[in-house]
Amino acid sequence: MSVRLPRVVDEVVSRPTWPGTLPRPIEPRNIGVDYDTAWTRKPWARAVRRVVVDNVTRPFVAVVATPEVFGREHLDPLEGPVIFAANHSSHLDTSIVVACLPERFRRRTVVAAAADYFFDRPWKAALWSLALGTIPMERTKVSRKSADLAASLLDERWNLVIFPEGGRTRDGWGQEFRGGAAYLAKRCDVPVVPVHLRGVRPAFPRGSSTLRRSKVEVRFGDPLRPGQKMASGKEEDARHFAGRIEGAVALLADEAESDWWSARRRAAAGATPPFRGPDASAWRRAWALPASARRTRSVRSKSSAKPW
Amino acid sequence: MSPRPGFVLEVDRSTPPTLFWHGEGFRFEQLPAGSRVVYPPESLDGLADPDAAIRHALEHPVGDSAPLSALLRPGMRLTIAFDDVSLPLPPMRRPDMRQRVVEAVLDAAAAAGVDDVVLIAALALHRRMTDDELRQALGDRVFDAFAPHGLLLQHDAEDPDALVHLGLTDKGEDVEINRRAAESDLLVYVNINLSAMDGGHKSVATGLASYRSLKHHHNVRTLQHSRSLMDRHHSEMHSSNWRMGRLIKNAGVKIFQIESTLNLDMFPSQFGFLQKREWEWSLADRAGFHSTRLALDHTPPRLARQIFQSMLSPYAPTSVQAGEVEAVHDLTLENLHRQQLVAVEGQTDILTMGLPYLCPYNVNSIMNPLLVACLGLGYFFNLYRGRPLVREGGVCIISHPTPWAFNPVHHPSYIDFFEQVLADTTDMFEIEQRYEQKFATDPWYIHLYRTSYAYHGVHPLYMWYWCAHALDYLGGVIIVGGDRAAVRRMGFKPASTLADALEMAEDVVGRGPSITHLHAPPLLVADVS
Repeated sequence: MSVRLPRVVDEVVSRPTWPGTLPRPIEPRNIGVDYDTAWTRKPWARAVRRVVVDNVTRPFVAVVATPEVFGREHLDPLEGPVIFAANHSSHLDTSIVVACLPERFRRRTVVAAAADYFFDRPWKAALWSLALGTIPMERTKVSRKSADLAASLLDERWNLVIFPEGGRTRDGWGQEFRGGAAYLAKRCDVPVVPVHLRGVRPAFPRGSSTLRRSKVEVRFGDPLRPGQKMASGKEEDARHFAGRIEGAVALLADEAESDWWSARRRAAAGATPPFRGPDASAWRRAWALPASARRTRSVRSKSSAKPW
Repeated sequence: MSPRPGFVLEVDRSTPPTLFWHGEGFRFEQLPAGSRVVYPPESLDGLADPDAAIRHALEHPVGDSAPLSALLRPGMRLTIAFDDVSLPLPPMRRPDMRQRVVEAVLDAAAAAGVDDVVLIAALALHRRMTDDELRQALGDRVFDAFAPHGLLLQHDAEDPDALVHLGLTDKGEDVEINRRAAESDLLVYVNINLSAMDGGHKSVATGLASYRSLKHHHNVRTLQHSRSLMDRHHSEMHSSNWRMGRLIKNAGVKIFQIESTLNLDMFPSQFGFLQKREWEWSLADRAGFHSTRLALDHTPPRLARQIFQSMLSPYAPTSVQAGEVEAVHDLTLENLHRQQLVAVEGQTDILTMGLPYLCPYNVNSIMNPLLVACLGLGYFFNLYRGRPLVREGGVCIISHPTPWAFNPVHHPSYIDFFEQVLADTTDMFEIEQRYEQKFATDPWYIHLYRTSYAYHGVHPLYMWYWCAHALDYLGGVIIVGGDRAAVRRMGFKPASTLADALEMAEDVVGRGPSITHLHAPPLLVADVS
């Protein structure tokens, strides 16, 4: 049964038709990477976000993930701005990282989110940028606009949470870290704190539509500063620095699966388990996944959900 | 983005309904496909620093004039005349441009040590301004400095002692103007030029004149040959004023003219939809329009009138020029055309227009039927340069409630004219011949004009004459949504809907007529080729 709106409501809600005799101008996009998030950093929006994070996000994370935080002491000497670079396996990652940041960082943090996913509809863009302080990040192509926005916010002393893998893991193993976080760190000369999230994937894996409670561990690592000298004597480039960040997250992953001392020793020997998993066939990669990264039940795909 | 020029839209099936003003309300009309709508240009940006622009204009006059400061000296008689309540429309948010200019002139006069300064509201035969209106126009500082000492005057066209006859033009026109203005060492005239009709020699020759002088250009023959009132080079009324102005100059009256133009930012932000094109209305515009329309549908007319009359315009000045009258006015016209001119190709069979709640003669008052006719056929019809928007023998369709209602304080002679004269005849020449003297010299009307807030007794006739060109030219006039009796009293045809009116118009102009809608206000001048 269709419902007809009262005429006056319809006239207000519906956009007027465009005269066919006039060329329609190209309207400036306010969606995707072009979405203007400046309003979400105004005092009133920050106040709203504070209320949302404290009263919705953090209790929600506490119930669903009950995160245990390690290495928070690494953040003590930092004043900000800081880039938090984390592995990414679930949509819950953003909420968990934000919820686990010390308050002095949490109040002034933006989150780089996929422009093509979180900013593809005006309402989604408004919702996420207000609730979590997300900013659009182009992940399918190189975008000066995304980088400029993130850099300008770092210059304005905002902290940035970024997932350098560019998307959630498909099989539970890590993916190659892209250069975005490293580039921004070099450009703005800010430290990068590696962050590892363990146990989030079982709670809400990619493709899932249901939540499960899971025990999550969040590890903050030693801050990394760009500009290390390479063997050639030259200052490292963003690509090299991205590799260092990935290595630091891999170290935290190893630490999560074993212990700090063992992980350190393996790191010193160059024997840290590969972050991206074994170079083997798909089933062997799945077989080798640690329990904390495994999906705990099957997820109905959209095509098979309603076979009738 | 720089403001877009005005343009002509060709209506098609996907064109949204067009906004028509309808007095203190609006109509939303779907014009037939193929109709044209003439849209005004977008509002230009105002001057960044109006006060600096005024000071610059006063010290860098155009034409054959010295800077104002060089014209001022101790012991001189200085008179500052200014446009009355009929400009601008709607009244301007404070500070009014007149306030800015008058304060700048007074600053210069004070610096020069001029003691004898008088301000005069150039009313012509309009009603006197109230103290509140004077404060609105001139600001509190000026009002409080001059009014308590009797130095803020209102021109009285019926005070023989306050008038002086300067002579006859080569066409035999009497030139009789305000004595104080004429006998001053310097007359500074402060104009607000909302339309191309205002300013130039018309300022002094009309604004400060008597009936004896005004009747030479405010008559049926002159107004029939003013084509248009917005094009002074083809306006008999302006030609007469220019002859008078030159005589005034030759009589030794030293005039320093200051003219300013305004942009088209006529309505406050809550009425922003009035400044936009319908297909570009945002959600806020649509909500604003429909909520306003719904509210007005349930608002008593008297209250709706008060709401609209209290509206103040956020106008911004776009130019100020000062100096010799004709040189100043030429510059003013350039600046006005920069804002208001819209090129239109060809004429139309039927011209439609929606009239707002306000015309120059009903500020804080009622838009009575005569003023509806005057605004539609005298002003809007004349918003052209070159040729009228409508062809000769075409039809003009006006949308306005046209209530049979008058303000007895402001328009006492209007009531008698409408009730008695138009009931007898609508023929202008006959009215002019049989009734003008009676209304112009009626002692009661003169008393009310001089002591109350009434328009002069002859003013309703002038309003009727103002339609002379249109009524001589058109094949018919139809008023949509008007009071039927009031509309018929003026010899026009009433229609309930625009569709009915278009059907009726076809009886005059034939089947399949071309239709053009004048989307004003904001004001525009159609440059018809």
